[in-house]
Amino acid sequence: MTVPEVREHPEHLEWVGKSIPRVEDPKFLRGRGNYIDDYEVPNMLEVAVARSTMAHARILRIDTSAAEAVPGVVAIVTSENVTDHVNPMPDFGPSPDKHTWYCLAVDKVRYMGEGVAVVAATSRAVAEDAAELIEVTYEPLEPLTDMLAALEDGAPLVHEALESNVPFHRKFTFGDVDGDFAAADVIVRDTLHWGRSGGQPLETVGAVADYDAATGMMTVHVNSMSFTHFLFLLANTLRVPSNKLDLQPHPSGGSFGAKFFEVKTATIAAMMARVTGRPVKFMQDRLDNIANGDHHGSDRYYEVELAAKSDGTLLSTRYKVVDNYGAYIQFGVGQHGNSLAQAVGPYRMSSIGYDLTAVLTNKCQQGAYRGFGSEVGNWILERMVDLMANELDMDPVDIRRMNFIQPEEFPYFIPTGNCYDSGNYEAVLNKTMELSDYKGWRRRQAEMRAEGRHIGIGVCTCQERSVFSATEFWFWFDEPVAAPVTSAPESVTLKVDAMGAVTATLYSNASWGNSPETMVAQFVAEELGVKPEDVSVVYAGSNQGLPATGPGGSRFTIMVGGAVEGASRSIRAKAARIAAHLLEANEDDLVWEAGGFTVRGSPDRRKELAEIALAAHMFKHSLPEEIETGLEAGHVQDHPYTTMPNPERTNLGVFYPFVGHASHVVVVEVDPETGRVEFLDYTAVHDCGTVVNPRSVGGQVIGGTVQGLGSTLYEEFLYDDDGVLRTPSFAEYLIPSAMDSPTLRVGHNETPSPYTPYGIKGGGEAGRMMAPSAICAAIDDAVGIRIRRLPATPERIVEMVDAADR
Amino acid sequence: MSNHDITLRVNGAEASGSVEARRSLADFLRRDLGLVGTHLGCEQGACGACTVLVDGRSVRSCIMFAVQADGSEVQTVESLAPGAEMHPLQEAFRRHQGLQCGFCTPGMLLRSLELITNNPNLSAEEAREGISSNMCRCTGYQYIVDAVLDAAAEMRAEED
Repeated sequence: MTVPEVREHPEHLEWVGKSIPRVEDPKFLRGRGNYIDDYEVPNMLEVAVARSTMAHARILRIDTSAAEAVPGVVAIVTSENVTDHVNPMPDFGPSPDKHTWYCLAVDKVRYMGEGVAVVAATSRAVAEDAAELIEVTYEPLEPLTDMLAALEDGAPLVHEALESNVPFHRKFTFGDVDGDFAAADVIVRDTLHWGRSGGQPLETVGAVADYDAATGMMTVHVNSMSFTHFLFLLANTLRVPSNKLDLQPHPSGGSFGAKFFEVKTATIAAMMARVTGRPVKFMQDRLDNIANGDHHGSDRYYEVELAAKSDGTLLSTRYKVVDNYGAYIQFGVGQHGNSLAQAVGPYRMSSIGYDLTAVLTNKCQQGAYRGFGSEVGNWILERMVDLMANELDMDPVDIRRMNFIQPEEFPYFIPTGNCYDSGNYEAVLNKTMELSDYKGWRRRQAEMRAEGRHIGIGVCTCQERSVFSATEFWFWFDEPVAAPVTSAPESVTLKVDAMGAVTATLYSNASWGNSPETMVAQFVAEELGVKPEDVSVVYAGSNQGLPATGPGGSRFTIMVGGAVEGASRSIRAKAARIAAHLLEANEDDLVWEAGGFTVRGSPDRRKELAEIALAAHMFKHSLPEEIETGLEAGHVQDHPYTTMPNPERTNLGVFYPFVGHASHVVVVEVDPETGRVEFLDYTAVHDCGTVVNPRSVGGQVIGGTVQGLGSTLYEEFLYDDDGVLRTPSFAEYLIPSAMDSPTLRVGHNETPSPYTPYGIKGGGEAGRMMAPSAICAAIDDAVGIRIRRLPATPERIVEMVDAADR
Repeated sequence: MSNHDITLRVNGAEASGSVEARRSLADFLRRDLGLVGTHLGCEQGACGACTVLVDGRSVRSCIMFAVQADGSEVQTVESLAPGAEMHPLQEAFRRHQGLQCGFCTPGMLLRSLELITNNPNLSAEEAREGISSNMCRCTGYQYIVDAVLDAAAEMRAEED
């Protein structure tokens, strides 16, 4: 596919762009969300998982006799017999046979918290009682948590079959990196470490499984349905035919990536349902989720070089990245594809070197966390740009501004091959400067410093790529790619019933705290001229409909927008044929306006959608013979803009082309004695193209920013050298509270995408992709340090201040 | 394990049951009474999603035993909108979008109700500090603070 046709966006939109109240909210406000743990069925058992107390050990023996004797225990499956019941978990990584994972540990445990047994009992409490009585005899092996140690010769092996701890290493060169570095006047170098944090939604992952031996149907109610079109992989894990697996979605109490294709919980529930012949619920507790949830975020060590001319013109970046994936690598190195989608940020740079080493250690494995790794890339690049500004004695705003890709240069292809569809970075920055009163703050900063206060101001200008294409998965495979997947669809079915009322059916569990029902209602209202509050939105089970991918990579709103647009087009086309007949007019003379068809030039000759729908449903024999009864249409929206990677992987093609942008300005006061960071001011201006619902986007920006703040200052899944998880609860894993969170001033700039419905770009991950850069710059500025490791906890800030003072 | 008979008032109606000593108030409300609006986020007393009012005071129902609530008056989210109309607090949360995924919302509503009841004229700072007992992972709290202040104003106007 070449560059798609530029779309003409309508001048006037009735519903897109309005902050209508969310249609999801009344049920949540009443406590009637129908979350997975609210769902119960008669005769249901509940399970608890016994988890490894060791980081790395061979399993010698598992004694379940005491557990089995507990009244109420119905069945136990352990590491010793789990392979009798299920196949390995789906794995998108390179060489999955070399680092195979099951829903329970097999042969050895590879991190503290990995499951070794699962107990099904008449209640969760009984299951937990019994799980505690399971005795596992281990042969301890040397624990390995440090990613650089894991690379050394003689390091203990996490997976013997792999014969090293490196499931992936490759050096990518995009453009003339050596040439650009040779042409540079200045090269700055640094080592940076991004610590692992994670989504930690307040609701954990849960599943209720029911196996019908008569029909062979496995039905699993879940709060984690996504990648719906890949669920045949889960069917393989469960050893059921793909058409005998049905996942029924429930709203998620937050995900932020942590429920992205999280199918281990469903696997455990389904396995126990088949073993016991009864419905089974598995609801993770908080410890399950933190220690064993398969969705820790990036954990990276970087050696970076940034090359520039002496006037500040940026030329090239060379990255050497080591990423500590933990015990398995379920999504390959997809987190780095996300970084590479926007590797040059908003800046004109002609080359990128990217030497990537993925490492396996005795930690829980990585998954997805808001940004999917691109937030790390943003932080690294912005840290380096700040370093360059410092080196050249330039203002951090000026160096950014002078390197911006200009509005007339779009579509702009970055060295990795990805396309930036559109943007106006200068406009965003100008708006941010104005809204934040940047100059005023610089003046006040000088005054406050004179009073001995440690005030810092940080600025960042960052990208938000949106709508991944499946070709992104190719980059960690050499040619020929075993499964060169190119599909990442999203679908909807619209039904206009006999009364003209519209029902939209969604095919992925889109309700993750984003606003899928509101988005769909606004789109349907826009396309069919109904009121958003009158649209009914329902979710189909995975076995009942069209292919869908679900939320992830800020894709859902754009993709479902295209699906609604397509389905509406079909409905209007059929409605036009019926209306033409009813009005005894030529179809070409009909005009669609305000939810009905009018004969051009005769405003009194009009049929409303409801009248047409009634005819479509009830009066078959009053209509032309070829018109079938009903008024319903499904539409599968494929990715609007994908091009293929080249075989050498010197160009990854276009795989994340709708690229938003944001600028944050942060003002902090830091106490050098305690390391406390207080936010005095916070401004965020985002450009995610056409905004569908400004309040809703504002909420995403603020929430994402506070999550970014958490990753920057507080949150880390910390393992000590023995592999002991030191942050097993919210008492140690510190999520920002209201008192830790700033009040934001949020601004929007709208540069519509030329290639998406209405010009929308994704915005759901923004905030977290910017906040770490701006906050670190502000802290540096306040106390004269350079943050190289996240989270920059109070202790670490004090250490850095002390070191700087020495 | 022996069971204990308890009787309490929940959302204005008498509720009784025979519970294990270790049964949490949250499980009693959710499982025995079917009041699933009370959510469990951490079961360690940290996140506040399970917040309910016991004799008018907010408690974390995941770390209070049901037997401790014997004889008490308990209020859950289900009490706020028994009919078609929502409570002014719920309406304000809706107007300001003081929620995204909705999971912390019942606890947040009840904590906010307590704050407003105790201090109908609370300031933005007091609202923010007041809700800092409860975690929200979605909103960054800002729209919740806005909603609480707006609800307090509404409720004051209704009082007049």
